[in-house]
This record gives sequence, C-alpha cells and structure tokens, in this order.
Amino acid sequence: MWNFPILPESASSVAPDYDFAFWYEVAVGVFFTLFVLVLVLGLANRYRRGRQVDRSHPPTHSLKLEALWIGVPLVIAMSMFGISAVLYIKQFSPPGDAVEIPVVGKQWMWKLQHPEGKKEINELHLPVGQAVRLKMISQDVIHSFFIPAFRVKQDVLPGRYTEMWFRPTKIGRYRLFCTEYCGTDHSVMGGWVEVMSQADYERWLATEQAGESLVEEGRRLFVLNHCAGCHGENATVQAPRLEGVYGRPVPIQVGDRVEFVQADDRYIRDSILLPKSQVVAGYQPIMPSYQGQLSEEDLLKIIAYIKAIGNRPAPGPAAQPQYDADRGIQPAVEVPGYDVDKPPGATLLPEQTR
Amino acid sequence: MSDHPHTHPAGPASGGFAPVPPALSQTRRAPINYLNAAYSVRSWLLTLDHKRIGLLYLIGVTFFFFVGGVAATVLRLELMTPGGDVLHSPDAYNRLFTMHGVIMIFFFLVPAIPGVLGNFLLPLMIGARDLAFPRLNLLSWYIYMFGGTAALILLIFGGIDTGWTFYAPFSTTFSNTMVLPAGIAVFITGFSSILTGLNFIVTTHTMRAPGMTWGRLPLFVWAHYATSLIMILGTPVLAIAVLLIGLERLFGIGIFDPALGGDPILFQHLFWFYSHPAVYIMLLPGMAVVNEIVPCFTRRPIFGYKFMAGALLAIAVLGFLVWGHHMFVSGQSMYAGLIFSFLTFFVAVPSAVKVFNWCATMYKGSVRFETPMLYALGFIGLFTIGGVTGLMLGSLGIDVHLHDTYFVVAHFHYIMVGGSIMAFLGGIHFWWPKISGRMYPELWGKLGALVIFVGFNLTFFPQFLLGYLGMPRRYYEYPGEFQVLNVMSTAGASILAVGYIIPLIYFIDSLRKPANAGRNPWRATGLEWQTASPPPTENFAVAPVVTTPPYNYDPAEAEQTPWNPFQPEQEPVHVG
Ligand code: HEC
Ligand code: HEM
Ligand SMILES: [Cu+2]
Ligand SMILES: [Cu+2]
Repeated sequence: MWNFPILPESASSVAPDYDFAFWYEVAVGVFFTLFVLVLVLGLANRYRRGRQVDRSHPPTHSLKLEALWIGVPLVIAMSMFGISAVLYIKQFSPPGDAVEIPVVGKQWMWKLQHPEGKKEINELHLPVGQAVRLKMISQDVIHSFFIPAFRVKQDVLPGRYTEMWFRPTKIGRYRLFCTEYCGTDHSVMGGWVEVMSQADYERWLATEQAGESLVEEGRRLFVLNHCAGCHGENATVQAPRLEGVYGRPVPIQVGDRVEFVQADDRYIRDSILLPKSQVVAGYQPIMPSYQGQLSEEDLLKIIAYIKAIGNRPAPGPAAQPQYDADRGIQPAVEVPGYDVDKPPGATLLPEQTR
Repeated sequence: MSDHPHTHPAGPASGGFAPVPPALSQTRRAPINYLNAAYSVRSWLLTLDHKRIGLLYLIGVTFFFFVGGVAATVLRLELMTPGGDVLHSPDAYNRLFTMHGVIMIFFFLVPAIPGVLGNFLLPLMIGARDLAFPRLNLLSWYIYMFGGTAALILLIFGGIDTGWTFYAPFSTTFSNTMVLPAGIAVFITGFSSILTGLNFIVTTHTMRAPGMTWGRLPLFVWAHYATSLIMILGTPVLAIAVLLIGLERLFGIGIFDPALGGDPILFQHLFWFYSHPAVYIMLLPGMAVVNEIVPCFTRRPIFGYKFMAGALLAIAVLGFLVWGHHMFVSGQSMYAGLIFSFLTFFVAVPSAVKVFNWCATMYKGSVRFETPMLYALGFIGLFTIGGVTGLMLGSLGIDVHLHDTYFVVAHFHYIMVGGSIMAFLGGIHFWWPKISGRMYPELWGKLGALVIFVGFNLTFFPQFLLGYLGMPRRYYEYPGEFQVLNVMSTAGASILAVGYIIPLIYFIDSLRKPANAGRNPWRATGLEWQTASPPPTENFAVAPVVTTPPYNYDPAEAEQTPWNPFQPEQEPVHVG
C-alpha cells in the first residue's frame, strides 16, 4: 500500500540538472513560505488582544522596509530566472551526435520510425547513452510528447515540425504520455520508452521486419510521386536538383527581389505542400502541390531522403540554371505543353491521379 | 450568539430575501432599509439599487459555485481509481471537466467578488448614493444570468469537451460538441464584465464624497479599480478569440487550423493575452477583501498604504506582459520564452510587497481571530504557496516538465480556491452584518473555516507531488502508481465539500433571526460602517464628508475598549 513513488525516476542526461534547479526553487519556495508563516503567526500571537505589550505609535510606513522587500525578492527571483533559463537553453540545444527519429502524433496514438526503418506504435526502443532528436508533427490536433523520467516535453503541432532531444542514461522502461488535451482518448494516448543496452538494442533491431531504411523508403516515394521526373537526372522540365540543397541557403523570388532562405525541414515541407509560396529564383512555379496526397509519414521519409542526398555535391553547374546576382533572374525555360495541374507522369500511374 | 432580547430600536422585523416567519415580526416597525423598502418580485428584478443587484449576484454566483462544485465532486470520485468506473466514458469525463472549468472561471470566480461585494460596497465606501450607471449595472446582471443560464442548459444537453481553454484546432475542426453555443455564451458574458468594469471606473472617478481623496480611498476600492482596468482592456480580446473560433467553425475561414492555412499558436496568444490577466481579475478582488479585514482585526492602520495601492496597479499592468509563460513548450521561439519568463518574475515582486505589508500590519496591533480574520490569514498562507509554485511554473526549464501536469492544477487551485475563494468567504462573513443586518454564528464560522482549510490542503497538496511525478492533467484514466495520492486528494475533496456546505447553511439560517447586528459590530472605520445595517436605499441619510485617512484605528485604545461584535446593538442608530 505504501509502496508508491514520491519522486520521479531520473533517467536522462538533463534529469540531474533539472532536479538540481527544481530543488533549488523548492528550497527557495519552502523558505519563503515558512518565513511568511512564522512572521504571520509570530506577530499575530505576540500582538493578540489582551497581551500586555507595547502598542504605542504603530508605524504606518517605512521606505527602507519597502525597499528591502522589493529588493530581496527581486534578487531571488532573478536567480530563479537564471538557473531555469540555463536549463531551458540546454533543453533546446541538441548535441551533434543525436540520431533523428521522426514521430507522428494522431488521435490517439504515437507513430515512430527508426532510421533503420523499423516502425513502432506507442513504444520507443533506444540504446542507452545514445542522444536522440525527435522530429515531431501531428496529423490532426495538438498533442504533446512527455517522458517524465527524462524531464522533457514538447507540444506536437499540426502543420509544423517541432523538435525535442534527450540522452537516456539508465536502462529501464519509462512511461510516455500525451500532455496536451486532444479529445476522447487523450488519457490513453501514451506508452513506453524502453531503454536497452547497446547489444540488446541491436538484437531487438534485427528481429522481424528489417524492411527498408527510412531513406530508402523516401527514395522510393520520391520516384513513385514523380518528383524524380522533374528533379531527377533525366528530367525533361526545368527544376532544381535537390542534391546538396538541405541545410543550405536557397534564393527565393519575392516580388522582384531575391531573398535567401535556409532549406530546413520546414522549408522542404512547405516546398512540397505549398510550392507557390516559395519559388526558387530562376524557375517557373510549375511544381504541383502535394497537399492531401502525401501522409505526414511519407513527407518525413521524403525529407529524410532529401536530407540524405544533401551531403552529395550538386551535379555540375551546367545542369542548374545559374543564378547571377548581377544580372538578376534568368529567363525561365519554356516547357512546351506542360500542364501545371497535371504533372508529367501523372498519367503513367493511374492510381496516383485523383 | 445573537439571540438576546431585541432592545435594538431598529426592531427585529425586516424583510429579507427569505420570508420572515410571522412569529418573529414585532409590533414596532423597522426603519426603512434597502431590503424592506419593497417586497415584490418586480421590485427585485427591476431594481436599480446597487445593493440589491449585489444580492442578485450573490444568488447567481452561489448557484453556479455549487453546480461547478458538484461537477468537481464527480470528477474527484472518478479519479479515486485508475480506471474509468464512475462515468463509464472518457467523453463524459471530458465534458465534465470542461463544464467545471467554464462554470468556475467565467460564471463563478470572475463575477464573484466584484459582482457581489464590489457592487454592494463600492458606492458605500466612497460615500456615493449608487454606482454611476445603475441601469447598466442591472443590465450586467441580466447579461451574466443570460450567459450563465444558456451555458448551463447547453452543458447539460450535450456539453462541450474542449476544456475551458478552447485550444484550436481541436475546438474549431475536431470537436463535435456544442462549441459554438458555448463560445457565444462566453462572448455574451464578457460584456457583463466590461460593463461592470466601466461602471466601477466611472464611479470611482466621479462619485467620491467630499474629502474622499484618492489617497483616502480604501484599498478595496483601489483593487476594484485595478480589476476594472483589466476587465475592460482584456475581455474584448477574449471576445475576439472566441469570435474567430466561431468564424472558423462556421465558415471554415482558416485562422487557427493549419489545414486551412491558419496558425494554432495564434489562438494561444490571443487566449492567454486575456486569460493571464484574467487570473488577476479573479485574484485582485480577493486582495481587496483582505486589505479591509486585516487592519480591522489588528486595530491599526494598514502598513505601507501607498505601496499597497501601487502594487495593485503594478500587478494589473505587468499582468498584461506575461501571457507567453503558458506557452513555453508550445513551439513558440526560445527567445520569446526567455523574455516572457523574465517579465513573469517581475509580477512576483508586487505580490511579495502585498504579503509583507500585511505581515507588517500586525506589528504593534491588537489582533483578534474572528472568522473573517481566519479566512484572511488562510488567504495569506495559501496565496503564498500558490505564488511560489507560480514562480516555479514561470521558470522556463522547470515548467518544461511541470507544464500540463497536476502541478499546474495544484498551483492555480491554490491561487483561485485557496486565495480568492477564501477571501470571498472572509468578505461575506465580514460584511454579512452590513448586508443582512445579522451576525453569523461565530462558533460555526470558525469550524467551517477550519474544515475548509484542512480539506483544501488535503485535496490540493498531493497534486503537487502528482505533477512532479508526471501525472498529466485532464486524464480520465491514469497509471496505478498514482492512485494513493489521488485517493488522498479525493478524501480531501469530500472534507472540502462539507466545509462549503456549513457556511451555506448557517448564513441562510441566520436570516430567520432578528436583524439586530447594529451599525458597526466590528467597530471598523470605513464609510460603509457609518450607515445603518442594512443600509437605507439611499445609503446615507446625510451625505457623508470625509475628514480622516483610511484605517484610522488605534490599537492601544482598542485594548481598553470592550470587544463584543456578537452582542446585539445597544446604542441608537446614528446614520451619517
Ligand atoms: C512538375 C515538375 C515537378 C514535380 C513533379 C516536382 N517538383 Fe519540386 N520543384 C519543381 C520546380 C520547377 C521547382 C522550383 C520552383 C519552385 O520552387 O516552385 C521545384 C522546387 C522544389 C523544391 C525546392 C528546391 C530548392 O532548390 O529550394 C523542393 C524541395 C522540391 N521541389 C521537392 C519536390 C518533391 C519532394 C517532389 C515530389 C513529391 C517534387 N518536388 C515534385 C518541379 C517539380
Ligand atoms: C494571480 C492569480 C493566479 C491565478 C488565478 C492563476 C491561474 C492559473 C491557471 C488557471 C493556470 C492554468 C493554465 C492552463 O490551463 O494550462 C495557471 C498556470 C500558470 N500560472 Fe498561474 N495563476 C495565478 C498566479 C500566478 C502567478 C503569481 C504566477 C507567477 C508569477 C503564475 C504563473 C503561472 C504559469 C507560468 C502558468 C503556466 C504553467 C503551465 O501551464 O505549465 N500564476 N495559472
Ligand atoms: Cu493528448
Ligand atoms: Cu499566466
């Protein structure tokens, strides 16, 4: 009966830092509360009616005292701000060696996929010591990914990626919750994070469906959805090559100016779903929107693929229309008979036409 | 207690809001006061008297408090076990916690103190005949009752399941409950707040009695002034947010739902821009009450009057700059988080100033411990706990783990229930003789305060632990390891429920007794105590002139004077 936890487990690299800051603030809070309690009860008792004490000339104001109890709380408050801000910045700065794992939340489950291709629902298996970066998106409403033992939490939004990172430090099984109210089964939208030894993890990874890796699946989708028809090597239309694009600045046509935008996950995602919103300088806005045609999982896979080819050098400059800052934008090449609403190849696969 | 012979020249028989048994009516006629001036239902429902409107509010908020309380009781019963076994459906639970939150916030706590005590006391305290706009005042009550009744009806026939926070896109696209009617009810009720705020501000500016300078205003009035500023500046933003939800739901205009091209974070900004200041709409009136009780029961002037008034205004203004502390893990930028957190710590300072000044007010006082003082002391303690845990939640990295867990639930209940409701009850006890002309039974009063204090802490303290352990809020079912703490919380809630029923019973019961509390049983300063209890319709027989600073008490003299507030009034009534 009395065997219930009072303190949460501490199983990630930030958890000890978190607990230090937490207990510091608890200590400040307890001290402050006790101080007020002693003051209130002490004074009330000392000056309770009927006691023979000096009550002459009760003071009604004191600038010194006011300055004291404005100043001291302010200093203490700033120390609380400082300690928690440092922690927050740490929680927002993933280490370079973090493995990226895509997460899709939907009413009412979590879908995760390892880079090696293995899929999980409401569970996440991880090797101990390996830093992990979750790239998360929701298919419907806002959810929130929370692992108490790791002291991490991040809302998962529709239409936009959010990230969160942690490094598990202790082998064990830890609860995973959804903490943003999301409808009927909010309270059962959770599961487990299983932290294993490296050897156990590899054994686990090797069992059953090995399947294709995330990048492999992304490449397949890239071809299946005719992206390659425009962006690939033998493309007949004028479209930028995507090798090397990830993580670099891209020139975007804004009115008659050109602005540079960092090609991150969000940019790639918007390029696929809302291509007209960011047209690469020097190109015609002929890319069709894939809104409603690709699931969140598919998008994550395609992005993983584009990211994977990001390190490859772009093919020779001849293949890319040159953007020349001095001369402005080159006249785009006409594509005879091209229909924006019907990309080439749309007719090749009937199940793809909607 | 007050069943002495009726030597009061005022005589015992006066009308009230409960029928007076004929046995109690006496031969001598009571002086005309606001209660016995007229008895018809019409004279109540069409009254323009701020005191009667205050009582209408009292009936309204008490009703909604108990409706919200029943919902809370069922929620706590459901949470006694990890599985779902009282309600049998997560949807029922979700509707119930939404109903609890919507009613408690919009229909109980926001109007509670300003509507009842503010309405009743503000004109009396500044020596005015009424509020500046009596018709608007009555209209506020009708708007409030209309909104509240509409909300109650739709909550019973179908309900909504979005939580009181209405987060999009769940509320706009996914919920298939009655979000639109509920939004309209909240939208309409907002106007009641705005009109009340407007009325209070204009009244404070224009209707003060001769000699009632700004530096002599009771802090109760300052606090209501600050509250009114928030009401008229913040409430329109809530109305806009709710309106936009309606537009998106009805016409599919993409404002918040990314599938339609909107931004869900925008809703959170709009919502918290109102709702953080709104927590001060609920809290400042509580401070207003404590500001009056503490000097009266320590028999000395309040310490640091200017800083107390300044702190109230500072809270009202700074409260508008910190809304983003509800969104540290929402996906807003890290830099926004840093700024909002930094500003949040500045709101803490005026709150600390208030607490320390209350403490200092006891120094060299002559302290008495009647029920209102017990509630005021309870307020100070529980508000302190609510405040320091609020600071923890305002601490960026620390909020990451605690956000949307039971820690937050515990925090805001310490502020709103431990703080505001304690103050509300303290205020009702303190001014009950003025409002009704009768004292409450002191022994029962003390017992009730004690039961509420114990029940409250048992209910909500375990929730801090639950939150740190990681139990998320708004959960119908939860893992078994959280059960022991939840059982404690439910046990506390049942004690708390008893605690709230005790005052309800003895206040109603006191109405059967003769109205002989006297003009000023607490020997308090303040103009409201200079007129008869209950006051005449026109408040003061002779227009008052103010010549002394507020809280003009003398502890040494008080020690020499007999103190018997529960004796029926002996002296003849002086009015004016
Ligand atoms: C009809 C040809 C066509 C198809 C099919 C097509 N694209 Fe494009 N895409 C373009 C063109 C042309 C541009 C440059 C103009 C622009 O930004 O809209 C472009 C731009 C892009 C960019 C921005 C590149 C940069 O350098 O910043 C990305 C990323 C991209 N496409 C990905 C895809 C993906 C993924 C698919 C398949 C799901 C796809 N495209 C299908 C023609 C196409
Ligand atoms: C003054 C009266 C107060 C009331 C009535 C109040 C009420 C609330 C409520 C209702 C919530 C829950 C929001 C939700 O649904 O998620 C909340 C959260 C919060 N409160 Fe307060 N609060 C008050 C004072 C304070 C103070 C003094 C501070 C700090 C200076 C503070 C800081 C916070 C923070 C940071 C959160 C967000 C926590 C989170 O969601 O993780 N509050 N409060
Ligand atoms: Cu959820
Ligand atoms: Cu807030």
